[in-house]
Amino acid sequence: MVKRLKINDISKDTEQLTSVANEDLMPLPWDIEEKEWEPLSDDIKEKYVCILDDTMILPIPKPKTKEEEDELVKKFLAGMEKLFSKENNWTFLSMIETTMENCAKCNTCSDACHQYEASGKNEMYRPTYKSEVFRRIYKKYIKKEPLSGLRNGNVDLNWRTVARLGELAYRCNVCRRCAQTCPIGVDNALVAREIRKIFSQEMGITTPELHDKGSMLQLGVGSSTGMTPMVVRDNVDFIDEDFSEELGVEFKTPWDVEGADILLIHNAGEIMSWPDNVAAFSLIFNRAGLSWTLSSDIAAYDSINYGVFYDDVQAARTALIHAQAAKKLGVRRIVLGECGHAHKALTVIADRILPPGLQVPRESCFPILRDIVKSGKLNLDPSRNDFPVTLHDPCNVTRLMGIIKPQREIMAAICPQFREMVPHGVHNYCCGGGSGYAIMSRNTIHEWRNKIAGRKKIEQILNAFSDCRGPEQKKYVCAPCSNCKGQIRDMIERYELLEKENMTYAGVVELIVNAMPDVEHEVIIKWEEGY
Amino acid sequence: MTSLTYLVAYAAIIVFLLAVASRIIRYIKNPIHLRWELYPVAHEGGDRASYGGSYYEDVDWWNKPRHSSRINELKVMIPEILFLLAVFEHKRPLWYVTYPFHLGLYFVVLFIGLLGIGSISQLTGIMADTPIMTAVFAVTNLLGPAGLILTVAGAVGLLFKRITDPDLSNYSSFEHYFNLVLFIVTAGVGIITWLFVDPTFDMARTFVANFISFNFAAIDSSLFILQVLLVVLTIAYIPLTHMSHFFMKYFLYHDIRWGDEPNIDSPKTDEKIGIVLNYPVTWSAPHIAGTGNTWAEVATHNPAAAKEEKKE
Ligand code: SF4
Ligand code: SF4
Repeated sequence: MVKRLKINDISKDTEQLTSVANEDLMPLPWDIEEKEWEPLSDDIKEKYVCILDDTMILPIPKPKTKEEEDELVKKFLAGMEKLFSKENNWTFLSMIETTMENCAKCNTCSDACHQYEASGKNEMYRPTYKSEVFRRIYKKYIKKEPLSGLRNGNVDLNWRTVARLGELAYRCNVCRRCAQTCPIGVDNALVAREIRKIFSQEMGITTPELHDKGSMLQLGVGSSTGMTPMVVRDNVDFIDEDFSEELGVEFKTPWDVEGADILLIHNAGEIMSWPDNVAAFSLIFNRAGLSWTLSSDIAAYDSINYGVFYDDVQAARTALIHAQAAKKLGVRRIVLGECGHAHKALTVIADRILPPGLQVPRESCFPILRDIVKSGKLNLDPSRNDFPVTLHDPCNVTRLMGIIKPQREIMAAICPQFREMVPHGVHNYCCGGGSGYAIMSRNTIHEWRNKIAGRKKIEQILNAFSDCRGPEQKKYVCAPCSNCKGQIRDMIERYELLEKENMTYAGVVELIVNAMPDVEHEVIIKWEEGY
Repeated sequence: MTSLTYLVAYAAIIVFLLAVASRIIRYIKNPIHLRWELYPVAHEGGDRASYGGSYYEDVDWWNKPRHSSRINELKVMIPEILFLLAVFEHKRPLWYVTYPFHLGLYFVVLFIGLLGIGSISQLTGIMADTPIMTAVFAVTNLLGPAGLILTVAGAVGLLFKRITDPDLSNYSSFEHYFNLVLFIVTAGVGIITWLFVDPTFDMARTFVANFISFNFAAIDSSLFILQVLLVVLTIAYIPLTHMSHFFMKYFLYHDIRWGDEPNIDSPKTDEKIGIVLNYPVTWSAPHIAGTGNTWAEVATHNPAAAKEEKKE
């Protein structure tokens, strides 16, 4: 294995290019024994290219012959050619071109990256490493710049380069924290996403979680959870009944109300894994007297849009379906529940995809919740939330949409022991589950995202509670995003933080409901094993 | 040799202008792109810019007036341009060398501008022999040497860093070293010319006057000719490299990073979207290929639903 990687090492004829040893990992604020990496199985290694590091996220079929190896390179270049054409990539052409042309290679952006830092500054995960490889290929093979090697540096283009670059595009949460620090405005996160697009849109190579079991399942049956319209209605009915009983207050979730003011779209993962969140929304919206509804149209009950992580076409298809459902019901606006990427996908990204007839106004749930809380309509009692609470900022909601204050105003109103992470808001760190990681647990991926991608976040969480450590004090990590919650759940489990620190996690709405004086106390929030 | 020097200088300025224009035109001619803003967005009004907030923090944001503040934008832009704040905050050791380098270049640009003013005054007699012009001359004579010395010092520091710091050397190509050496040589020759040939910059001012008035008057110092050639070639060269960031940064910031303009009742944006949705799509992956000829067709096709239908 190569210790200090050079750019051209990406093309090396070695089995595994790098590995993050436990002693290299960024230390955490408490003693923890990290397990060694579990080796990838022979079966996986036989079928797929596993030559980058300790895990494999993008299943690239292993080329068996010289022809197949050449084909991989050829297809990649064909995709790259299209990526730099306005017809095929009008969506991001301006961004990728300027990123290719203007980087000063100053590496000012490196230290902003949580993955780079957590890995002990392994060169492979420096934000610019993948971009530099990609740029050198672009300049030489696509732009065909004279004297490209001298001007931009060389990289050998072989099947290993291509396969490793594809895999490396999945060692980035696309959180864009690095881009925030770039003095020029160059965006290395975008490069990761554009490489993912070449693999998906041209080569048909994607991760099963994002594509087959993600966007395709959503477009096919209505949700990446596999829930059909009938099943989702049954499940939500069950949630209504169950939580009405547990909380001791009756409520009913409205479905398919034509002409309602709001179409609320949850990430359907909430319905499956965090029904408390769905129940809390229903209870709050009903009590606030809002005119609202869920939709049982295909895909309109699941706000996820995994296309934003890897494929513009899938992103556009999903956004159109969401907008069509709203149009069909004749609602005035779409409101996104607690899901970060869904927020960005349907508000910001879809803004220049939806044709005029489908431009239904779209907004975040947080300002609405803030206004409800501040209106006093719910008679909330903050003393019911008298335990330390910290807030995780989903990158898509904060850095990429600028929704910072509403959540904090809610915290200030109902959480007497609220404390911020450092840094927070627009400068937050990704939870480690961003850009699709959170839903991936194949082979050793879960290890990668807990040990490396989420390392900085868990450090931040622990530091936020430094004054109340130990199991005697209950603690709550408020993570108002499905993907972030999935990631934080896994890290709490991995580091046994429920047992050792009495730590739980959930969203904003659970805290609001817990502060309602007439609901059963601490039912919507649980500090129990297996929660 | 003198005429050739003038001709090269004209040619270099033309190359510079064409290179800048072609990069800008190329960018502007690109089709509409998706929004990809990154907060803080500096022009956001009120106190929102200070913490990175946006208009999305309002309920019914599309019905509310949006507050955009040029002052807030300048509050971010000016310190960034003048002090390279991002590098200062995120890579201090580099800032110690890159800042003198950039500051040196700013001074040199100002110096050339003031030389221009001086030479116009010389040519036209406007404000000649006024205290203002005396001040202009004095500042020119200060900025010139200061700029050249800072540029050389910064470029030497940057070169040293690029060679010795693995953080940078791994990402540096021949061009990076060449560029820095070019700056060191050009500014270095500038210093020598100032010290030994043109300590008052009268020769430089006269050259600029001749240049503007297309007067190919003789230049009687070969060192000065060398300096002119190096300066103009460097000027022509800059926009052909990644150093184009000095003007492309405008688009990277204003059109992309701070490009938060929502599409509300905007026939102009809708028209642009209409154009791109009719672009042909030739991506080859199975879930795209053959699902339509244009973006509009491909995006409204549901490959999964089609699959389900086939199954039935
Ligand atoms: S992306 Fe920006 S900060 Fe990073 S190396 Fe390039 S210019 Fe420097
Ligand atoms: S986007 Fe985030 S994860 Fe990716 S390189 Fe930048 S900082 Fe690292």
